[in-house]
Amino acid sequence: MGELHIQPKDIVVPGQILATGMDYLPTYDTFRDGDHIIAARVGLVNVDGRLIKLIPLNGRYFPKQGDQVIGRVVDMNFSNWYVDINFANDAVLSSRDTAEFIDRGADLSKIFCHGDYIVAEIAKVTRGTVELNMRGPGFRKLGPGKIIKVNSTKVPRIIGKQGSMITLIKEKTGCKITVGQNGLVWVSGEPAAEIKAIHAINLIEQKAHLEGLTDEVTKFLGAPA
Amino acid sequence: MIKRESGRKVDELRPIEAKTGVIPRADGSAMFKIGNTTAYAAVYGPRELHPKFLQNPETGILRCSYNMIAFSGSGERVRPGGNRRSKEISLVTEKALLPVLDLSQYPNAVIDVFIELIETDAGTRCAGICAAALALADAGIPMKDLPAAISVGIIEDQIIVDIDANEDCDIGAVDVPVCVLPRTGEITLLQMDGITTLDLLKKVIDKAIVATKEVNKIQQEALKKRYQA
Amino acid sequence: MNSKITREHILNLLHQGLREDGRGLENYREPVTIEYNIAPKSAEGSARVRIGSTEVIAGVKMEVGEPFSDTPDEGALMIGVELIPLSNPEFEAGPPQIEAIELSRVIDRGIRESHVIDMKKLCIKSGEKVWTIIVDIYPINDAGNLFDACALAACAALKSAVFPHYDEKTDVVDYKKKTKNKLPLGDMPVGVTVIKIKDKFLIDPTTEEWENLDARLSVFTLPNGNLCALQKGGNKPLRPEELYTMINLATERGNYLRGYLA
Repeated sequence: MGELHIQPKDIVVPGQILATGMDYLPTYDTFRDGDHIIAARVGLVNVDGRLIKLIPLNGRYFPKQGDQVIGRVVDMNFSNWYVDINFANDAVLSSRDTAEFIDRGADLSKIFCHGDYIVAEIAKVTRGTVELNMRGPGFRKLGPGKIIKVNSTKVPRIIGKQGSMITLIKEKTGCKITVGQNGLVWVSGEPAAEIKAIHAINLIEQKAHLEGLTDEVTKFLGAPA
Repeated sequence: MIKRESGRKVDELRPIEAKTGVIPRADGSAMFKIGNTTAYAAVYGPRELHPKFLQNPETGILRCSYNMIAFSGSGERVRPGGNRRSKEISLVTEKALLPVLDLSQYPNAVIDVFIELIETDAGTRCAGICAAALALADAGIPMKDLPAAISVGIIEDQIIVDIDANEDCDIGAVDVPVCVLPRTGEITLLQMDGITTLDLLKKVIDKAIVATKEVNKIQQEALKKRYQA
Repeated sequence: MNSKITREHILNLLHQGLREDGRGLENYREPVTIEYNIAPKSAEGSARVRIGSTEVIAGVKMEVGEPFSDTPDEGALMIGVELIPLSNPEFEAGPPQIEAIELSRVIDRGIRESHVIDMKKLCIKSGEKVWTIIVDIYPINDAGNLFDACALAACAALKSAVFPHYDEKTDVVDYKKKTKNKLPLGDMPVGVTVIKIKDKFLIDPTTEEWENLDARLSVFTLPNGNLCALQKGGNKPLRPEELYTMINLATERGNYLRGYLA
């Protein structure tokens, strides 16, 4: 026995009762309290068989193993860099986890120094500690360009199905773009093209949950730079 | 039946205006205005907690700060800098919000909530809590419920909901700020200033539970409004 | 904390005469808006200023007290900015940091020295009772250029200010009763900050541009072109010709901002 109190794609808020009865099961950002399934965050609700799913519409990034992220080096010691990945704690990058071979006792700041931005992967997440890895294709220190911050919950929309949205922006503006799952985006190209790409990304961020977004972005990019 | 100077009925709330996302730099933010009391709240976090000795490796902590700006009072200027009253309100605000949060997933981190009162006409700590609850939800921090708070008064044995400064000044007026978790009716803030009976207090709490459900509807609308076409 | 690629990006663009957000070097972000009387029941005067997404509020409170002994028939004026942590994750609660102190003192000088308020008109009884005007300024969202936004908000708040009722016999101010008497004001000063990065001069810097400045100059000007406050900041020196260029730019941009106060 179970009863749904919402329609698919409804916007729900913390404390809102989504379903009653034992028929349904809560997933991320929803929970069961007695007979009810409750939303824990502001988001779009959906029902997948028996599963109540919630896509958050806001909120800070929470690191997941395997995520590609962009981070800023904020500290270092003899063997590690400490990287701000827009999370509650700074992540750790060990000198053994970079693509280069680094001698013991080498000066780490010669490779990455304070304020450098890097593209890395979340290798491991344990309570309070996030470890990064840079061995692998695409992981590198970022070169000249503009870093912008978007809400991490919008990143899937900015990338698009199989990268379709981000490819569209790259093609229409000629910019190089790298997107971190943590909401940091690096854009590099001609000045006017960069501004256009950034506007397109901001547009997606604002309207991520609305219909007709792909058309709107295509139209925006179609206009001459 | 007591007559309210504002013409309101005994359980009528002042007009409420609530908006989220008002401070783009913050992780979450909200403005909550009830009558002539206006509160802004900003949430920063979860973020690394400094100094290190305050860090808790088992859980994140919630840190609330309540402040009235210098030109918020209806009379003289409010001297800047916290005082004992604002420190106490910061504490009870934290206790009002903590029960809906699970901070165990943010060890060593802090969630900072800054509340500033821009205009005051009684019910300030309650407006601050309502704004803070919205700001936390706006910041995407998982919450078990959306706390709503209201000040209920007792004047000549009459229960008056959402008292304003005029009513609060009446001789013998009792002021009871209450914060309620709307879904379960549980109470996370309860204070009292005055003298009354247990029977009247029970009536106060009943009225507070009803009134905060109304406030909660407005809070929900404010959160949803941002994402509607 | 600054970062290399942010600095490089800003410098590369500036080299081509461009800015990250596409603005001209001498343009303010848009829109610039001023709302008056945002706290009508509690402040004697108040305003909210927005420059782009930087938002600042200011309020005026008026008190009656004794004059300073060296100016027995003049009122008093106090202007201050409190950098509340609500507006910027890097602001800390507690006693004013040096940034707040500099902002407060420069804006105070700019408005005081302009003589926009005739202090003698604040005298109630010579040697005994005068009005003290206190302006408190608070950023709500700091997206850069608090100097200009705070200065503009203070002026706008003064412009909206009205005396509360004062009973000379009982020496009591009734804040709940507002009179129709506006604060007597002359020509409005306007504060404009010009920053220098390499050889370029910029108006209305964003947070990133501000973090990369070599030098800065805040200039308060009056409609007749007179200067009523100056403050140089930043770690690099300025040649006299550069100073004069910046002052001229600030004067012209000051007239632009003053248009919003009309």
